[in-house]
Amino acid sequence: MTALLEMRSITKEFPGVKALDRVNLEVKEGEIHAICGENGAGKSTLMKVLSGVYPVGSYDGEIHYEGRLAEFRGIRDSEHRGIIIIHQELALVPQLSIAENIFLGNETARGGIIDWHEANHRTEALLKKVGLKESPMTLVDSLGVGKQQLVEIAKALSKDVKLLILDEPTAALQENDSKKLLDLMLELKSQGVTCIIISHKLNEVRYVADTVTVIRDGMSVSTLDAKKGLSEDDIVRDMVGREMSDRYPERNRRAGDIIMEVENWNVWHPEHAERQIIKNISMNVRAGEVVGIAGLMGSGRTELAMSIFGRSYGRRISGTVKLHGRDADVSRVDRAISSGLAYVTEDRKRLGLILDETIRFNTTLSNLQSVSSNGVLDANEETEVAEKYRAMLRTRTPSVFQKVGNLSGGNQQKVVLAKWLNTAPEVLILDEPTRGIDVGAKYEIYAIINELSAEGKGVVLISSEMPELLGMCDRIYVMNEGAFVGELSASEASQERIMSLIVDERG
Amino acid sequence: MTTDTNDMATNAGAAASERKGLKSYLASHMREFGLLFALIAIMVFFQIVTGGTLMRPVNITNLFLQNSYIIIMALGMLIVIVSGHIDLSVGSVMGFVGALAAVLIVNHDVPIPITVALCLLVGAAIGAAQGYFVAMWRIPSFIVTLAGMLVFRGLSLWLLEGQSVGPFPKSFQILSTGFVPEIFPASIGEALASAFDTRNFNVLSFALGLIAAAVVVRMGLKKRARNAQYGIADEPIGLFWARTAIIAAAIIFLMFKLSTFRGLPNVVVTMGVLILIYTFITEKTVIGRRVYALGGNEKAAKLSGIKTERLTFLAFVNMGVLAALAGLIFAARLNTATPKAGFALELDVIAAVFIGGASMSGGSGKIIGAVVGAFIMGVMNNGMSIMGIGIDYQQVIKGLVLLAAVFFDVYNKNKQA
Repeated sequence: MTALLEMRSITKEFPGVKALDRVNLEVKEGEIHAICGENGAGKSTLMKVLSGVYPVGSYDGEIHYEGRLAEFRGIRDSEHRGIIIIHQELALVPQLSIAENIFLGNETARGGIIDWHEANHRTEALLKKVGLKESPMTLVDSLGVGKQQLVEIAKALSKDVKLLILDEPTAALQENDSKKLLDLMLELKSQGVTCIIISHKLNEVRYVADTVTVIRDGMSVSTLDAKKGLSEDDIVRDMVGREMSDRYPERNRRAGDIIMEVENWNVWHPEHAERQIIKNISMNVRAGEVVGIAGLMGSGRTELAMSIFGRSYGRRISGTVKLHGRDADVSRVDRAISSGLAYVTEDRKRLGLILDETIRFNTTLSNLQSVSSNGVLDANEETEVAEKYRAMLRTRTPSVFQKVGNLSGGNQQKVVLAKWLNTAPEVLILDEPTRGIDVGAKYEIYAIINELSAEGKGVVLISSEMPELLGMCDRIYVMNEGAFVGELSASEASQERIMSLIVDERG
Repeated sequence: MTTDTNDMATNAGAAASERKGLKSYLASHMREFGLLFALIAIMVFFQIVTGGTLMRPVNITNLFLQNSYIIIMALGMLIVIVSGHIDLSVGSVMGFVGALAAVLIVNHDVPIPITVALCLLVGAAIGAAQGYFVAMWRIPSFIVTLAGMLVFRGLSLWLLEGQSVGPFPKSFQILSTGFVPEIFPASIGEALASAFDTRNFNVLSFALGLIAAAVVVRMGLKKRARNAQYGIADEPIGLFWARTAIIAAAIIFLMFKLSTFRGLPNVVVTMGVLILIYTFITEKTVIGRRVYALGGNEKAAKLSGIKTERLTFLAFVNMGVLAALAGLIFAARLNTATPKAGFALELDVIAAVFIGGASMSGGSGKIIGAVVGAFIMGVMNNGMSIMGIGIDYQQVIKGLVLLAAVFFDVYNKNKQA
């Protein structure tokens, strides 16, 4: 078999971050090629380079496709050559029908007039091919995620796809839907379509893939031949096999009494009433302890944190939260705050900060009572509070009157931390506190976390970066598909153990 | 020798950086200064083209009376817009409340204090109803208040049975057309009148003007001192004095004009007090701060423990009360309630807020900006009417001014980014 696609020494840099570092990828004609790696390893970036989202010139290295050098300036170029990517977040327009979606941007039109008869007719044939028994006129809105996925594939087929890229296609699917999708991939392969699948689910990778390329920290680590019997352990080892160095400041680990207890916590999806997002979770946090929550994206970590923090996510929430052994009222955000909880959101720009306002404005926002009397703000007091945290967290800024939007990611994160420290919480939940910030700032955030635990606060650390969890936590809960599947102490925990707890559960 | 040249270089550098400081300060505060200069320029322009009619005491008085209700509603509208919403119903609500007052007072002889209280309550209830759908059901405010606009326009027609109802008793009219009584002895007024060679002179309003100007200067200095204490970069001192002097002089000038006519209109007092209250609320209070947070990033505000629904609801209740007050003042001024009262007025109010620098997406805008914006619209209306420009051209010009103001805003923002 000849190579359909060769990506040679691809390097892609973002300001301050090397997302891809001399990555090689070779995909043979007619195979299913899996790309595995942790969150943030660079898989999606690589696919964006391939599909032209990052146009030629914005990266180093060469792409050879069908035997010649390919220089894609945009998605249109790559689609024209038969490379179709289906993203994790589906790109369908819910209010349009299946047929309308399939031919969107590629309408069966003459002189601007759409021939609906032909569109529907061709859609029927495509739907038959992907095994979806729906009328072409059905609105996409009314389909489940699994069926929407099939519509996406049908859409790809309508464009004479040669290389189909699926980015975590089964992440949101139930088991039998996943199975159907994987079988469809095998079916397409027999018809000569080459596939790239990005997946965390190693059992699925084993089921469909001919070849596996593992990417770690923006580098291609290994290419494994799956036909000769590949074990999941082989893949896991390559995925996580990185040295732990002293990227984490030392801390005296001295856990005290239990501060927070969550018992039998259940949460349902806010819109799909039948989907249970959090399944009977119980956890506790001790004073001075850093407790990690490990799990893949979509495992429900953020949903767990947000539902505890003032029911900011989900419906039909049940379970109890106790602080210092007494039932705490966390039914609204302001009540959760006064109970002693703080939650540093995952997405600081969208959920954490008012970007157009100053550092001072953001710092005092969650506790305006402390800088006001009878509802009237004391500007001097506010400035003092903001200055205090600026010094304490070493936020680098000319003044606290600087707009938060102008700060770097690390400094923005410090402002978010300042906002929550100013509420004098007993338990801080940190959701991906170091995402998207540089190594130096990460270290400073870790040092702050250690200081907080030394003061006897409880810290819950949610992170996709396993080395971070292993380096920082006293205890790690492993979460998968909305439930805790294991609890490891610092001494028992390793990346392999965590991964295999997740994988076992899925398998 | 070398030291000398170095010194010279440093001096030149310092001067350059000072110039640069002034320039960059002006650039980053383009909006505020631009607005103030625009108002002054427009006033000077119309003063010239109307041959001095614009600034005649009687016209200045009229200018206040004509625009008071727009400014009062602009205060509420600013808060609604800062919170990330819009209220299209204010013109209709104003008309409806005016009609209600007329029916109660003229047709049913309800005592005026009771009528006023009742009308303000009705305004609050209307705001609450609209706020309920916006805040609790998350229906876009554009739609809810568009519905409100139709509903209350219709209800005014129904209430008045298509007729004009009036006139009002004198004691109701003073709400709008009354003047604050003179408290100084008549002899002082007469002496000043002859000194300034005018027919009348209302000592109280002139004295209040002087006091207000002094307060503006004093507060400006106080703020500067506090900024210096905290090491906050402030505007260059020359600019501060120029700006403060212009504002103080303008206040004294306007109050002088008023005092040579009939003194201080009641409605100017109402309006002035409300402007102060709302400036205080938006800039100094917890609830004001939260409104800006809500408009700046609703999700972040909510996750910071702010009860965003309640706040949105209250913004609309407040708007309703102010629209009702404006309705009372408008009816008192016309001395009759007509089914057409307040028609399309919401557009003037909204335009004033946007000219004043508020952002459509919420989170920014100042009370003083909205007030100046309303005066810019008001002076243009008034000046063009004096010039005898037809209503057709007036609309075109006002539309273009609105577009220009917002364009200026966006252009500035893009340049800074």
